[in-house]
Amino acid sequence: MLLRLQGLVKRFPGVTALNQVDLDLAAGEVHVLFGENGSGKSTLVNVVSGTYPRDGGSMELSGREIDSWNPQKARAAGISPVFQEFSLAPDLTVEENLFLGRERNRGGVLKKKEMRDQGRRALAELDFQVDPGARVGRLSRADQQMTEIAKALLQDVRVLILDEPTASLTERETARLFELIRRLKAKGVGIIYVSHRMAEIRHIGDRITILRDGHKIATVDSSRVTDQELVEMMTGRKIGMLFPRIDHRPGETVLEVQGLQAGERLSQVGFQVRKGEIVGLAGLAGGGKSAVVRTLFGLVRMTGGRIIHRGQEITSPRPAEMLKRGIFYLPSDRAAEGLALPRPVRENISMAALDTPLFSVKGLLKLRREGRQAEALSSRLQINPQSTEIPVRFLSGGNQQKVMLLRGLTRGSTIFLFDDPTVGIDVGAKKEVYNFLKALVEDEKAAVVLVSSELPELLNLCHRLYVVSQGRLTAEFSGPEITEENVLKAFFQVQRKNPQAPGEAPLPVL
Amino acid sequence: MTLSQPAGGRPAPGGGVFSGLAARQSVPLVTALIVLFLFFGLSEPRFFRTYNLINILRNSSFLVIISLGQMLALIVGGFDLSVGAVVALASITSALTMVGLTPALPDQVLAVIALGVLAGLIVGGLVGLINGLCVALLKVPPFIVTLGTMSIATGIALYFTTGLPVYGLPEGFTHWFGRFKWLGLPVPIYISAVMVLSLWWLMNWTLLGRYIYAIGGNPHAARVSGIRVNLNTTLAYVICGLLAALTGILLTARVGTGEGTMGGELIMQSIAAAVIGGVSIGGGVGRVELVALGALFLTLVTNGMNLVKVESKLQTIVVGVILIAAVAVDQFRHRGREDYRP
Repeated sequence: MLLRLQGLVKRFPGVTALNQVDLDLAAGEVHVLFGENGSGKSTLVNVVSGTYPRDGGSMELSGREIDSWNPQKARAAGISPVFQEFSLAPDLTVEENLFLGRERNRGGVLKKKEMRDQGRRALAELDFQVDPGARVGRLSRADQQMTEIAKALLQDVRVLILDEPTASLTERETARLFELIRRLKAKGVGIIYVSHRMAEIRHIGDRITILRDGHKIATVDSSRVTDQELVEMMTGRKIGMLFPRIDHRPGETVLEVQGLQAGERLSQVGFQVRKGEIVGLAGLAGGGKSAVVRTLFGLVRMTGGRIIHRGQEITSPRPAEMLKRGIFYLPSDRAAEGLALPRPVRENISMAALDTPLFSVKGLLKLRREGRQAEALSSRLQINPQSTEIPVRFLSGGNQQKVMLLRGLTRGSTIFLFDDPTVGIDVGAKKEVYNFLKALVEDEKAAVVLVSSELPELLNLCHRLYVVSQGRLTAEFSGPEITEENVLKAFFQVQRKNPQAPGEAPLPVL
Repeated sequence: MTLSQPAGGRPAPGGGVFSGLAARQSVPLVTALIVLFLFFGLSEPRFFRTYNLINILRNSSFLVIISLGQMLALIVGGFDLSVGAVVALASITSALTMVGLTPALPDQVLAVIALGVLAGLIVGGLVGLINGLCVALLKVPPFIVTLGTMSIATGIALYFTTGLPVYGLPEGFTHWFGRFKWLGLPVPIYISAVMVLSLWWLMNWTLLGRYIYAIGGNPHAARVSGIRVNLNTTLAYVICGLLAALTGILLTARVGTGEGTMGGELIMQSIAAAVIGGVSIGGGVGRVELVALGALFLTLVTNGMNLVKVESKLQTIVVGVILIAAVAVDQFRHRGREDYRP
């Protein structure tokens, strides 16, 4: 065995993050760590890579006992972590970043030529086509990740740790990453792969270790376990079907878009949304699916076209006005655009409706009313912890997203624009988001636009589906036409027409 | 799950302001105040004399008012370096107005005083408005904007006075705003108390206050929530300017002359008082009552050091150390908490 952990214990004040966890990793194996947020996955990889000292248990690398351990020693021993937060300097070039912190030098003077040659060789070996002189901050998230991996692989790597590597990648970029993982496996690198994405771990993993509340639940062969079993082991409860059956009963058209234009980003986008249905927008990252709803809500400047809401034309949408009209937007990046992190749950729930009679009169807040509302709402989605006075910063991703959903209920909105509502949350919370969508459509007869980078979500929840590519709507499917095959074909056709991406393989079926 | 049912749920244990959170946050500061109080009191008996205690309260009242303004700028996500210059500018503006109007309106002292105070407040509000507009609309970093307006305001104040004090203020002004006592306490103490209550009310019970917290917490989220970010950010800076001007006017009455060199030390002291009171330099966090305590704490330190005869230059050093220590403690607290999350 390349790496063997036995009875690993890690405590933080008030919580045992890892409790007697065993794990082993063979050379050339992809070992998946699977679990909900807070189950101990990240703690485990942080202990292995030396960031956190362990409080108990033993670690062996190639049969040698490891005593004292820190990030430098871990790297020297060939353990390279690639975390979600990249360790790249955005203003330096790819090349400079590859050698960041271990620049080749003689007496403090950089050996630029040597680094350039070696860097280029490393990139070529990974078949990673990027300009070595490009500034990292200008690269796509996927290219940044490749740079990060290239950096990790520059030295002699025996154990590569990937922490949620596909969290912000499109399916095409994911395919590229998987190809790279296959090549590393063939070279005998052992890979610890942290994820809670069902589809990909089955695709890429050899063995799966399930963690829950800091305990190891089981280690299983990925070919001999069903999705159902995995989710049940992860959550500790029977979760049933992940996607609810949604009964769409479309009513009148409430929102219509004609020839929508937003600078270079969107052109000639036209579609309608009716009461009581979910309309999906699918597409690759950067293709403009998110820009459609952002333009509708007034976050991207509209340069042409018409938006018609209940028969009235909106010429230049602004967030405040759209909220007043009963249109709610849920941003994809909770931390960046959704939540005031230092403020309590209560204030984050009421934030978009403070100007309504529910929460204020003549500029004065109704604090008691607000407190009661927040309590009542948060108990409806079972936000954990229960106190609405805790700053949202201290909530898990899933619970933060619930706060965002509840914000949508404070104004009696009738049209909902959801921009990737399940990104970065665990399966249990996802299921709650889906049920929330179901209740909106079935009970409230709301109109929902669902932008998502997770295809299964769109396939299972949408009544109608548009494919967005290069700023245009390129295909529309409804009802039984919404199949994986059809949608992928639509992605693929557009790609073939696109001269910039020639000869790429069809997308893997995830 | 039904979403449309009227909000009933669990009975709520009161709204947010009634939570114990604020009380818990104030424990370290109140403890420090008491310890300091006892320390100075035991090492120097004069400290406990009534006139000294009143003196502490009076001196702290200026710092309290200006720190409340600084607190607004910090909570909305910026800060204000121009408060000291506004103190000076408001001082000479109100002084020059009163001195200039007295010959024209010899029998209407009250009107002269009112106009003088108004003029001071207007220039303070104007500087605040410029700060706010530059930060909100032009997106210039608050550091640069307020550094610039600090230089401008100081320049104007010194230009119009050529650096000399403005004499000849109406007796009524220095009497009523400076020396007059009611129930044994000087007027500035009452004014600062009113300001603390007003700001507390503003921040906790009004939309403007809530918007300022929300914007400081996350300006993008505030915008997506339909909050008018530019307007409310600007208002925060305007109120900050007004409070700095009020401080300048009260100090003018106390000194008895308009001074173009007044208030330089108040920039750092106001930031220090706010930070000691738990205002986060990252924005979005801070409580009025604790900032007032922070200002009191800082005044207590200065007063105590005077009594035990610490040289004034050394005192400046102490204030600097306290400022950095307060921010370091704040950062440490946050970092500690985040690590607890596995």
